[in-house]
Amino acid sequence: MTPHGNPEFPASTADSGSRSIDKAEDQSADRTNAAAAAEIRPTGVTGNVWPIWEVFVRSSRGLSHVHAGSLHAPDAAMALRNARDLYTRRNEGVSIWVVPAEAIASSDPDSKGSFFESPQGKDYRHATYYTKSEGVKHL
Amino acid sequence: MHDGGHGDISVGVSGAAGDSGASATRITPGNALRPEDIALAVSRGAAKPSEDVAEFALRLGDDALILAQRLGHWISRAPELEEDVALGNIALDELGHARSLLSYAGGLDGRSEDDLAYLRREHEFRSAALFEQPNGDFAVTIARQFVVSYYQFELYRRLTSSTDSTLAGIAAKAVKEVDYHRDHSAQWVLRLALGTDESRRRMIHAFKVIWPYVDELFRDDELTGRLSEAGAAPQPSSLREDFDRLTGEVLAEAELEVPNVQPTPGGGRRGLHSEHLGYILAEMQVLAREYPGASW
Repeated sequence: MTPHGNPEFPASTADSGSRSIDKAEDQSADRTNAAAAAEIRPTGVTGNVWPIWEVFVRSSRGLSHVHAGSLHAPDAAMALRNARDLYTRRNEGVSIWVVPAEAIASSDPDSKGSFFESPQGKDYRHATYYTKSEGVKHL
Repeated sequence: MHDGGHGDISVGVSGAAGDSGASATRITPGNALRPEDIALAVSRGAAKPSEDVAEFALRLGDDALILAQRLGHWISRAPELEEDVALGNIALDELGHARSLLSYAGGLDGRSEDDLAYLRREHEFRSAALFEQPNGDFAVTIARQFVVSYYQFELYRRLTSSTDSTLAGIAAKAVKEVDYHRDHSAQWVLRLALGTDESRRRMIHAFKVIWPYVDELFRDDELTGRLSEAGAAPQPSSLREDFDRLTGEVLAEAELEVPNVQPTPGGGRRGLHSEHLGYILAEMQVLAREYPGASW
């Protein structure tokens, strides 16, 4: 019986399909409740999770793309579409970038000290450190 | 008719709600034509469909409503969360079209969108058989969506120049959304058909299941003949050439052939439905019928 009691049509074909998938993957031990998922998953391969993409959205008045979040998608074209559906539902954007998450190199959170604390105390890196010279206009 | 921005419904809520008030951070709802605007215009008597246009709006509204109900079933059941949201978005777009079209159709005799959606019986629905076909597996849902979106795109595209300004306004909003639905389903047809042996087998099977219901969408009858003469709507048969050409391009790229199947007799436009519609209506209408006038 399908969840809502609807006589879902291709039950027989879907069954035979999932059986053939079952056979192919019978060996995999972590396949407990995945039959339903495999039935509709195009490849039917256990543990075949779509890669993660980072999404950047530029708003209508924004000058640059801003990181909005991340999502799963099988490829770049579908990642753009998923991003459109997930992150621009409320008129947020006029342009989207997607980047494979694995293509992003990030700084090591454990080396915060050596990476980011060096500028502290270096007032001379700010314009306010300097006194205005006499006679210089438009400052 | 510009009484507070709601009068001229063919261009939607006008003026101040547009981009002039936008900022870099504020999110605006935009200024498209909403079902509420149509209901308001109808209740004020600013828009009233002819008998023929009302019947036609009922057909398109029922198509969209039944499909929205079908697609909603995928929520939490799609292959991935992202696809849940994609199908949910499409369902909500269709529901929006249904609300606009039913609100307008109800303007003929004072019935609301809810009256029409929740309190009509099966034989009073005017949807074509394709829309009530079960979701099947993901490929069947995609095949149904592919046919629907290419059909609706051709239909709404032409309706934007309807002599009925409300119908034209609804179509102008809908055609952009349906254009995206075409892209979504075409992308999946390509991926399923050119993916693995299993996904290709399912895609081929799905089109075989769905294609018998295609013909009914393009059949002319007396109503469409009168509407076509009045310039209010195109003859369904006139959409077929573009539909065949554009779907054919995707099918060719996906290395699929149009299934050689016998078309179904149809009858949805006259209230004759397949066994599936009753189940859909039972689920969709039970609350409104069990608790008349309920609100939440």
